[in-house]
Amino acid sequence: MSSLPRLVRRTKKVDSPGWVFIVPSLFLLGLIGLPILALLWRSANIRIFPFAFTESAINALKLSLMTSTLCVVVSILTGTPLAYIQAHWSFRGKAFLDVMVDLPIVLPPSVAGIALLMAFGRQGLFGNWLNELGISIPFTTVAVVMAQVFVSAPFLVRSVRIGFASIDPQLDEAAKVEGASSWHVFQHIMLPLASRALITGIILSWTRALGEFGATLLFAGNLEGKTQTMPLAIYVGFEQGLGIALVLSVVLLVVSFVLLVALRRLELKDQH
Amino acid sequence: MNIKKGNILIVLAVVLILIACAPILNKIVGAQNMIRSSDQESPPDRALTVFAAASLTDAFKDLGREFEAAHPGVQINFSFAGSQVLRMQLEQGASADLFASADYKNMDLLISEGLIVPNSDQDFTINQMVVILPPDNPGNLKILNELSMTHIKLILADPSVPAGNYARQVLTRMSMDPAFGEDFISAVLANVVSNEIDVRQVVTKVELGEADAGIVYLSDVVAVPGLITIPIPEGFNILTRYPIAVLRASPHPDLAGEFIAYLVSPAGQAIMESWGFTTGE
Repeated sequence: MSSLPRLVRRTKKVDSPGWVFIVPSLFLLGLIGLPILALLWRSANIRIFPFAFTESAINALKLSLMTSTLCVVVSILTGTPLAYIQAHWSFRGKAFLDVMVDLPIVLPPSVAGIALLMAFGRQGLFGNWLNELGISIPFTTVAVVMAQVFVSAPFLVRSVRIGFASIDPQLDEAAKVEGASSWHVFQHIMLPLASRALITGIILSWTRALGEFGATLLFAGNLEGKTQTMPLAIYVGFEQGLGIALVLSVVLLVVSFVLLVALRRLELKDQH
Repeated sequence: MNIKKGNILIVLAVVLILIACAPILNKIVGAQNMIRSSDQESPPDRALTVFAAASLTDAFKDLGREFEAAHPGVQINFSFAGSQVLRMQLEQGASADLFASADYKNMDLLISEGLIVPNSDQDFTINQMVVILPPDNPGNLKILNELSMTHIKLILADPSVPAGNYARQVLTRMSMDPAFGEDFISAVLANVVSNEIDVRQVVTKVELGEADAGIVYLSDVVAVPGLITIPIPEGFNILTRYPIAVLRASPHPDLAGEFIAYLVSPAGQAIMESWGFTTGE
């Protein structure tokens, strides 16, 4: 909420943007805003709100928060180094690597789910070996996190890569001349300078992971307490009755909103 | 001040446009995930929209082709999904001519809500449940009793899906028989690794070998020749009757009636049987 007055103040400074900008914007705002408004309005008229917090809804919320947090941690630990490599070194096949990392952004999640099954399913390319070792990934919480990382980590990598790439390369060279190691430069110069891009990446990937549905359903299935995340619980709830689905949707909306605002504040603070 | 007045006018104009667009938007919502049963180049004279349970997918596509061949200028658009999803879409104003449900629950709800042409509903086929195993039978299952063994990974449809509900009814019936024992159902349900949101997902995942067994409709098996099946004896099985009805909002009720007539004719029933459905006794 705190970022809202800020935006209003900013528009006051300049004169009106004019209808050429306002009319198209209103269409888009209508498309985004009206469904959210309708969701809130319809759920406000439902008296089953207290009943919606059933054990299964709470299980789903807990699982969603746990898996998406884990997903973001994995994405930061593995995605930041990858983004650094992409931004700072050129090598053969780099263009291919860039495209491969960005690919999940444009892939439908259902394709991601099928691809994960083909690779890590029990009969999959690698899942076959794992199965012989007694490890089976599909239908586990690990599969949920893997699906989330697959679809959401590229958002983080992309954002951080752009952050790293925009840093003046002379800084790097100067530090190297002073005798700093690669790791030292990364830790003390690059990472702080790219922190805003990192936070933006975290926002994008975390919220994407929280909303992940298609790949999770295909690769991890739907079992309460184990693989049934909020989006899945909402879908199943929709089949049982609109009321439950509505309330769960509002809960997910609120959680996403809080997460977004908290991270945005961090992002804005970092700007100064 | 002038600019502000202009802004308000623009907002009003947008709101009016949105209101004017509302019926079109409604249509767009209703037209989601349509499957055309044929690719006709020339625009059809009449288009029939059929909302049908996911388990009817193959049989109805087949029927649709035959019906179109017998009715030049007619095009049939199918929307296949779980019966409960389709019912929800119809309640929310999706436009269709016919609704074919995998159970009575969803049909009865629409009837009580007045969305069905009175007395247009009728049963047209019967389905039953069967246990399926992947082609290489990784769980090494041979008889139904083994479904309760602890190493078995079982996939069912979610209890909210008709097929998931029937599968649990079958297990309940088995548990009442001393040959399986009272604890059979709880032991089997403990082996469930996923509650899929439609019955076709169960078939696909078992076919991929991701689980050791699944419980689905007999009609689901016909399209997947490699699957191993263990029949469920008549005493435990659930025979499910599929009702079809004309929707009150149907733009072509006569044509919809013709489709039902074809469906229950010997030719239509033969197609249903070729996809694993049975006709009434």
